[in-house]
Amino acid sequence: MRTSRTTTLLLRNFANIVHSRPLIRNRFTHKVFFHATRTILQATGQPPPAEGFLPGVAQSKFIKSTQEEALKNAELANTGVANGETKKMNMFQAINDAMSIALATDETAVVFGEDVAFGGVFRCTLGLAEMFGKDRVFNTPLTEQGIVGFGIGMAAMGHTAIAEIQFADYIFPAFDQLVNEAAKYRYRSGGIFNVAGLTVRSPCSAVGHGGHYHSQSPEAYFTHTPGLIVVMPRSPIQAKGLLLASIRDRNPVIFFEPKILYRAAIEQVPIGDYELPLGKAEILKSGKDVTVIGYGSQIYTLENAIQLAEKDIPGLSCELIDLRSLLPWDVDTVANSVNKTGRLVIAHEAPQTSGFAAEVATNIMERCFLRLEAPIQRVCGFDTPFPLVFEKFYVPDMIKCYDAIKEVVEY
Amino acid sequence: MFSSITSRLSLAKRHISVFNGRSFLRQFASASAEAVNITLPESSFRTYECDPPSFEMEVTKDELIRMYKEMTAMRRMESAADTLYKSKLIRGFCHLGTGQEAVPVGMKAAITRDDAIITAYRCHGFTWIRGGTIHSILAELMGRKTGISQGKGGSMHMFSKNFYGGNGIVGAQVPVGTGIAFTQKYLETKNATFILYGDGAANQGQVFEAFNMAKLWDLPAIFVCENNFFGMGTAASRSSANPQYYTRGQYIPGLQINGMDVLAVKQACSWAKNWTNNDQGPLVLEMVTYRYGGHSMSDPGTSYRTREEIQHMRSTNDPITGLRKRILDLGIATEADIKQFDKETKAEIDEAVAKAQSDPHPDPEELFTDVYVKGTEPPIIRGREREEFAVMQQ
Repeated sequence: MRTSRTTTLLLRNFANIVHSRPLIRNRFTHKVFFHATRTILQATGQPPPAEGFLPGVAQSKFIKSTQEEALKNAELANTGVANGETKKMNMFQAINDAMSIALATDETAVVFGEDVAFGGVFRCTLGLAEMFGKDRVFNTPLTEQGIVGFGIGMAAMGHTAIAEIQFADYIFPAFDQLVNEAAKYRYRSGGIFNVAGLTVRSPCSAVGHGGHYHSQSPEAYFTHTPGLIVVMPRSPIQAKGLLLASIRDRNPVIFFEPKILYRAAIEQVPIGDYELPLGKAEILKSGKDVTVIGYGSQIYTLENAIQLAEKDIPGLSCELIDLRSLLPWDVDTVANSVNKTGRLVIAHEAPQTSGFAAEVATNIMERCFLRLEAPIQRVCGFDTPFPLVFEKFYVPDMIKCYDAIKEVVEY
Repeated sequence: MFSSITSRLSLAKRHISVFNGRSFLRQFASASAEAVNITLPESSFRTYECDPPSFEMEVTKDELIRMYKEMTAMRRMESAADTLYKSKLIRGFCHLGTGQEAVPVGMKAAITRDDAIITAYRCHGFTWIRGGTIHSILAELMGRKTGISQGKGGSMHMFSKNFYGGNGIVGAQVPVGTGIAFTQKYLETKNATFILYGDGAANQGQVFEAFNMAKLWDLPAIFVCENNFFGMGTAASRSSANPQYYTRGQYIPGLQINGMDVLAVKQACSWAKNWTNNDQGPLVLEMVTYRYGGHSMSDPGTSYRTREEIQHMRSTNDPITGLRKRILDLGIATEADIKQFDKETKAEIDEAVAKAQSDPHPDPEELFTDVYVKGTEPPIIRGREREEFAVMQQ
């Protein structure tokens, strides 16, 4: 498995070194990637590599694998966990921990969704029913519209409703409830009612083999809806802090969890109760030449792309920003960065047209027009349904992100 | 309902004794177009606001053998898929119908190719009885060019003539099927649409919206709830206020069927077809069945029910074992014949697996095709960078 992945990466790296002319290089890279991978696999009679993991995560510099690294975070300084204990957790355990704290600290909080009582398909709610009782952690029928509607009703009564939609691809039956009921409750009642306590969690994004209905990233549909908060974390520490903040935030929140990170991302997570700020981006790596923006699992792809670009282009220094919250999003942090670097690359898995990158690009164009040195680059999924067999081709992978960085540098 | 199987078999035996037992029937073992009369046990059906189908039915020996072969092939195909999945040749989400074979096979025996079927994601068996080949299904599962959807869909996305798919979103196919039934009525064809959904999907709001329209306009829509007792990991009784799914249509008559008996399924589907042909409007059928495996390949299927329960169902209610015993009791085939059938089926599936496995993946250009109808594609499919557009234009 690892061998073939490494071989693939080597081949692709090679292709990039050999072909410096960008137009030809890309097509060549893809040919090499597809054909070489296939030829090797067919020749050795091996099954194709299993996916569902993100190779970059384990080696990522942004993963806090020691207690010291974890607690160095400035955002934790005033939270009371700054000097506390940490525990090794993957992302589903961190999310579980956050919900456990929410249930323990708020007696009106309930967790519900399809199959959550026995842990949920991604094990995020494992053990919660046993710990807090079946009245507070319970299974619902398979009815997404019903789940969200029910959560809105609870939240309207002042309770804390933590709903799970099993896959973000299944959120669409609940689209009306989220867009027309949840998002507008406060506005249309003139502030008499609200659904402050509603949080909808949902696993999103590519997982290596999810196909059409288990891979989508529907965040942009919801960032188009005033009244909602949309969040997507990148790691266990982030997930726990952002989820607790989302649950306690006085607005309805949609919390998308990149499902590939559930097991792949492992950190030393503070065991105490802490929140990370919503609506704030985080600068993961400072740089002076190119601002690179992403969120969720795309961060690790961007990290690798930046490493490759900085190695390839001597003296290049890229700034990587994790948006974390998509509505509201931290336009100031991004604009400040672009005013410094003059170049912007945005990447996400969702299709390009009307994707979240378009919103970022427009805002930055408005605010940094005279400072821009190159056209803003969007590195996104194709405008096609999320494919099963062509996932690798579809996703904005490292090479694509690398090319975009190179493009803005060489413009 | 499941305790009925033993009584059904003894009934069948008694009925046959009229013909002076096995020796008489052995003489006609080769004259397979000949029909046998079978009495279904009373517990085969339960009704809601309608009279039950006849418990007496006539099937040819040929047909019994064919149904047996179809069910065993279906099960073997699913277990081949299971193996391929575990060896990572099938990726993505994969839902197997092992244990539920009597539903598609019995339904096929009762309807014509002009009747429509639409189902959810547990669709491999239905794809096959609607004209997909085992090879095309396995190739689709492995994402090969020769797959029934050119390898672009995978497990939940298979289609063929008058089979409107495998549909991945729970309950979403029910209103779609109602629209198909509307068209059939509009065109005044004497056909029906069988709209399948699970006991889990039965709680989706859109199912009830579809019920209302189907009854309002008296459509030839036959809603078929495959009740396998678990909506993913939650037992029917814990998810449904009324787990008597055949009564869920309120103003639509319903019939509960022993979905582990292929003959009861056949009889019920013929009856339903007749019902819609007489312009009597929609029906809700509940096929009581059982899935031996987990909800999907990522569910071991044992965290919400005991291994003993599954074993009990396998040993007492299995549709294939049930039909096999009936065939033996009727003397239509011998143990040796059946072994031979099984051997042939195994060879057929093995061949299909090998062939599918050696088939090529689709061409990369396929990523861009069929997003819009040919000739109306936007001049570019926007993606990550302009060089890649060339791939589409080639």
